[in-house]
Amino acid sequence: MGHELEQFYAIFFEEASELLVDMETHLLELNIESPDLEELNAIFRAAHSIKGGAGAFGFTDMTETTHMLESLLDKLRKGEMAVNSQMIDVFLQSGDLLKRQLGGHRGDEGVNTNDVDGVVNKLKEFMNNPGNAPSAVPTEPEAQIEIPTVAEVVITESVVAEPDEACTEAKPAKPTYRIQFACGEIKPNLMEKLLVDLAQQGQLNNLSTAEQPDCCVLQLSTDVSEEDIWEALAFIVDPAQLVIEKQTAAIAIPEAPIVPTAEATIAPQPEQVAQPIPQAEIETPLAPPPALIADSQTQLASPQPQVPDPAPKKVATAEPKEAVAQKEAPKAASNSESSSIRVSIEKVDQMINLVGELVITQAMLAQIASQVDPILYATLLNGMTQLERNTRDLQEVVMSIRMMPISFVFSRFPRIVRDLAGKLGKQIELKTVGEGTELDKGLIEKITDPLTHLIRNSLDHGIELPEKRIAAGKPAKGTITLRAFHQGGSIVIEVADDGAGLNREKILAKAQERGFSIHDGMADQEVWMLIFEAGFSTAEVVTDVSGRGVGMDVVKRNIQTLGGRIEIESVQGKGTQMSIRLPLTLAILDGLSVAVGDQTFIAPLNFITESLKPVAADIKTVRGSRQVVHVRGEYLPIIALHEVFGLQPSCTEIHQGILIILEAEGKKVAMFVDSLLGQHQVVIKSLENNYRRVKGISGATIMGDGRVALILDPAGLVNTIKQEMVNAA
Amino acid sequence: MQILAESNQGMSELAHANIAQEFLTFRLGNEEYGIEILKVQEIRGYDTITQIANAPEFIKGVVNLRGIIVPIIDMRIKFNLGEATYDRFTVVIILNLSGRVVGVVVDGVSDVIGLDAEQVKPTPEFGGVLNTEYIMGLGTVDDRMLILLDIEKLMSSTDMGLHD
Repeated sequence: MGHELEQFYAIFFEEASELLVDMETHLLELNIESPDLEELNAIFRAAHSIKGGAGAFGFTDMTETTHMLESLLDKLRKGEMAVNSQMIDVFLQSGDLLKRQLGGHRGDEGVNTNDVDGVVNKLKEFMNNPGNAPSAVPTEPEAQIEIPTVAEVVITESVVAEPDEACTEAKPAKPTYRIQFACGEIKPNLMEKLLVDLAQQGQLNNLSTAEQPDCCVLQLSTDVSEEDIWEALAFIVDPAQLVIEKQTAAIAIPEAPIVPTAEATIAPQPEQVAQPIPQAEIETPLAPPPALIADSQTQLASPQPQVPDPAPKKVATAEPKEAVAQKEAPKAASNSESSSIRVSIEKVDQMINLVGELVITQAMLAQIASQVDPILYATLLNGMTQLERNTRDLQEVVMSIRMMPISFVFSRFPRIVRDLAGKLGKQIELKTVGEGTELDKGLIEKITDPLTHLIRNSLDHGIELPEKRIAAGKPAKGTITLRAFHQGGSIVIEVADDGAGLNREKILAKAQERGFSIHDGMADQEVWMLIFEAGFSTAEVVTDVSGRGVGMDVVKRNIQTLGGRIEIESVQGKGTQMSIRLPLTLAILDGLSVAVGDQTFIAPLNFITESLKPVAADIKTVRGSRQVVHVRGEYLPIIALHEVFGLQPSCTEIHQGILIILEAEGKKVAMFVDSLLGQHQVVIKSLENNYRRVKGISGATIMGDGRVALILDPAGLVNTIKQEMVNAA
Repeated sequence: MQILAESNQGMSELAHANIAQEFLTFRLGNEEYGIEILKVQEIRGYDTITQIANAPEFIKGVVNLRGIIVPIIDMRIKFNLGEATYDRFTVVIILNLSGRVVGVVVDGVSDVIGLDAEQVKPTPEFGGVLNTEYIMGLGTVDDRMLILLDIEKLMSSTDMGLHD
C-alpha cells in the first residue's frame, strides 16, 4: 500500500478503535431494565460510524458485521425489541470480533470465518426471534471472541524452520501460534511438563522434526494470549531464543477434526523431544546453530516464508496484499507511535487557556511598561519586547496543537466518489486542492458528514450522465473539485462540479409546491438557498444516494452550529459551487463587540447581516408597543438588548443607537444597542461550567483588559421575539 | 500485621474525631460564619464584574479567574446581612465545590480555626431567611459563636439558582 494510503488507513484504524472502545463502554453502562435511549443511540452511532469508515476503505467483512449490529440496534432504539443481557453479551462479542477484524486489516492476525459466522448468526437469531436468547449458542466461537486482540504478529524464535506439513494440515479455529525455541539445553522432564502445560492451554501440535533435534517447533491453537504463552514458556526457555508467532492462518475450516488430531499429536511429543535432548546438552551452548541463524535472517528480510503457504488462500478476511504487508505494518505503527503522543483534548484546552491568560498578562505589562522612561529602563523594555515575542510564538504553537490538515477529511472521498459514480453510471474525476490547509481537530470531525453529503449531492444531482454531457458539448467525464484554503480568519472549503447547475425555475416550482414563501423577484442567491430548506428535494427519482429531502437542511444546520456559513454559486449548464466558510477553530469566534450601558457583549459575526444607524422615520410601531424598523422594503422587529437583559442603556431612543440585523433560524431581527465597539476574534469560554445556562447567551469570553464579556446567542434572541409574539397574541 | 493495622485504623479514627475540621471564618454584618477550609480555593479582592441577565439580585455576575468564568454571589444580599458595599476591603472567597468554582462576597475573612467535635453544638430550630438545613452546627471558640455552613449543600440548592 502506498505511503499516503497507509496514513489514511491509520486514521481509520485509530478512529475505529476509539469508536469500539466507546461502544463497549456504552454497552457496559447500559441498564438492561430500562435502557437509556441516549446510550442506545450512542452505541448505534458508533456502529454506524465504523460501518461508514469500513465501507469507505472496502473492509467488507467489518461492514457486514456492523450492518447486522446496526440493524439490531436500530430495532432496539426504536423500541421494537427489548434488550436482554444475552444480547449485550453478543454485542460485546461483536465488538471484540470487530476489534479483531480491524486488527486483521492492520496487519495482525486475521479472523477466522467461523468466529464471524458465530457472531453474525447469533445476531441474526436475535433479529428473527426477539426476546429469545439464541438457544444453540456454540460455546466455541464465544470463547474465541473473548480473546484479546493483543495482536502483533506471532512469536518468532531465533530459530526458524520452514513450517512443515503438519502445520498446513492442522486446521485450528482458534488463533494459532507458532512457537519455536532451542530445546537443546532443556531437561527432558521439564520439556515434558512444558508440553503438557501448553497442551492444557489449547490444541498443541508438535512440529519438531528429527532432523533438527535441538529445535523444538510447536503449533498451539489457543484462547490464551501471546503474552501468556510467552510467560508460561519464559520460565523454562531462554526468552532470547524463543519465538512465538501468531499465524495469519486463521484457517476457515470446521473445528470438528481438531480434537482427535490434537490428542494424537500431543501424545508423541514428549518422546520426540526427549530423544534429542541428551545430545543437545552436550553439543549446544546457548547459541543456535548457524543454519538457524541464517534462517532467521532470511525471515527478517522476507516475511512471506513465515506465513504458511495455505494461509493467504484460506484467510477469508484479510486481503492478500494485507497478508503480505503484515510484517511491515506493525513496524510502521510502532514508529509512528514513538513520534507522537496522545494527549487528552482537555489538557490541550487547559494549555490554550493558560496561554491566553499569559497573553493578557503580557499585554497588561506592556501597557504599564510603555509609561516608563525608556532610557532609564532600557533593559526592562528590552525584556518586555522579548517577552512579547515569546508569548506570541508560544500562543501560535499551542494553537497549532489542535490543528490538523484537511487531507484527513478529503482522503475519504476518492473512494466514495468512485463507488457512487460506478453505481450511478457516471464518469467522474475528483480533484482535491489545498489538502494541507489546517483546521481545528474538532471541526475536522464535524465537517466530514456535511462534506460527504455535499459531494454525494454533486454526484447525484450535479454531474449529468455521460451521454447528456456529450450532447451538451462537455467531456463525458465530469469533474468534482474539492478545494480548501484560508481566507482571513476562516477556512473556506469548496465543492465545485461542472455539471448541470441549479435550475431556477425547477427550484421555484418545487418551492411553491412545498409551500415556501417565494416571489419572482428573488435573487439567484436566495433561490439557491431554498435547497437548504427542510423537506426540499428536486430529484425526480428518489435514489439511495440522495433525494429524500433530508440532508441539505441538516448540512446547513450543522455548518451553522460550527459557526460557519454556506454559499452557493451556480450557472445553469456550467456547474455549481458550494462554499463552506468556517472559523479556523471552534475555540475562537469572530465577533462584533457592542456596548449596552456599561456592559460589553459579543455578537457572532456569522449571524450578522448588517448594522445600521436608523433614521427616526424608519422606526414604526405595531399595535402601539412592538417596534419595527423599515430596512429596504422589509419590516424587521426590534429587540432592545437592554430590555432583554434588564440593563440601564445610555440611549433609549432607537435612532440614537445602532441596529444590528441578525439572521438566525430563518428569521431576521434588528438588535438595538448603544454603540459598536469593534470587531474581535474572541476565545469562547463556557459559562455553564460553573453556572447555569442563560437565555440569549451562548457563552462568555475574556476581553483584552481581562474583563468578561458575554457572547450573544442570536438564535436564542430570535426565539425570545417569537415567544413574545405568541404571548402577545 | 492485621491486628496492628486495625488498631492503627482505630486510633486514626479516634484522632479524627478529636481534631475535627478546620474552618475558614468570615463576617457577614455582625455574624461570624465558618466554612470548611478544604472547600476554599483562594481568597481575592472584588474585581469588576460582568452582570448576568435576569439573575437574582445576589448573583452579582461573573468574573475571569485565570481564564475560567466564575459566578460571584453576594452572601450579604442572600442572607440579608450587613451593607452590600464594594470597596477595596471587600473580599471574595473562591470555593471549589466538587469541580465547580464559585465566588462568594463576604464582609471580611477573619482566620482559620480548628474545631473539636465537642466544640460544635447542634443548631437550634429557628425560622428566618437561612434554612437550618444548610447549617452544620454552631461552633464555639471562647465567647465567639461561629455559624458553620454546609456550603456545598447551600450552593447546590435550587434557590441559589447556580445550576440548571
